[in-house]
Amino acid sequence: MITLGQVLILAAILFCISVAGIFINRKNVIILLMCIELMLLSVNMNFIAFSHFLHDMAGQIFVFFILTVAAAESAIGLAILVVLFRNRNTINVEELGTLKG
Amino acid sequence: MITQYIFYFFAALLIIAAGMVVTVRNPVHAALFLVLAFFSTSAVWLMLEAEFLAIVLILVYVGAVMVLFLFVVMMLDINLVPMREGFARFLPVGIIIALLMAIAMGSVFTAIYFNGAHLDVVTPTATDVNNSRELGKLLFTEYLYPFEIAGAILLVAIVAAISLTLRTGRSKKTQDPSAQVSVKRADRVRMVKMKSEKKSG
Repeated sequence: MITLGQVLILAAILFCISVAGIFINRKNVIILLMCIELMLLSVNMNFIAFSHFLHDMAGQIFVFFILTVAAAESAIGLAILVVLFRNRNTINVEELGTLKG
Repeated sequence: MITQYIFYFFAALLIIAAGMVVTVRNPVHAALFLVLAFFSTSAVWLMLEAEFLAIVLILVYVGAVMVLFLFVVMMLDINLVPMREGFARFLPVGIIIALLMAIAMGSVFTAIYFNGAHLDVVTPTATDVNNSRELGKLLFTEYLYPFEIAGAILLVAIVAAISLTLRTGRSKKTQDPSAQVSVKRADRVRMVKMKSEKKSG
């Protein structure tokens, strides 16, 4: 039988990995977007765990909406990435300092 | 007991896949490991009796979002060498931040106010309960208004993504049918009057 603590610890480990990933891959925008997806996944796992152990379907409804918004977010993010690459010919975060003045 | 081992298996798979996503060199491999992470997550969700969302995760995330990621990764011709510059330098920082967050999250479990032990005794839901049906009932009654807003958000996302990447101006190569149809003979053929030439030599 799975306990609530096990699922919460799994989601916490996943979140920590993705936070570390944002720090160590801070040059590559694509990997950064993937790390954000992993974070959303761990949050969704918490929602589903509490929904299961509290017998409340509202948690799963929330996961549904989070999935919707995350899909929209990644679509727009990738579109911005494509436009960025078309204009600057790079997606390196270090070279995107035009607004720095 | 067997469910315990299955859970551990998929949890280990998920953590390994997530670790590979953040450390692997090639973005294509990272995207494929992210697909593996989504698959193992959906297995965990199946064990938590969220069948509909597990299938939606596979269909929507692996089927649409990750394919979009792969498309973009393969379409952009990225020079990978400068992307890896700060990897070794930022690795300790990332590990320290992750450990700090892990400690902060772990301390929640030992807090006095969070005693989740009583939650672990979960009565299994009856076998005739359909997860998709229950979710659908809630979604189309109580949460109908947020559901409509979610649809509007998706529409806005489609319009935004297309309008961002739409090419206009000189680089656009399209046909103008009305101009093609209304073309006259004089536009295309030029009659030249000249004397016939003699073959010289």
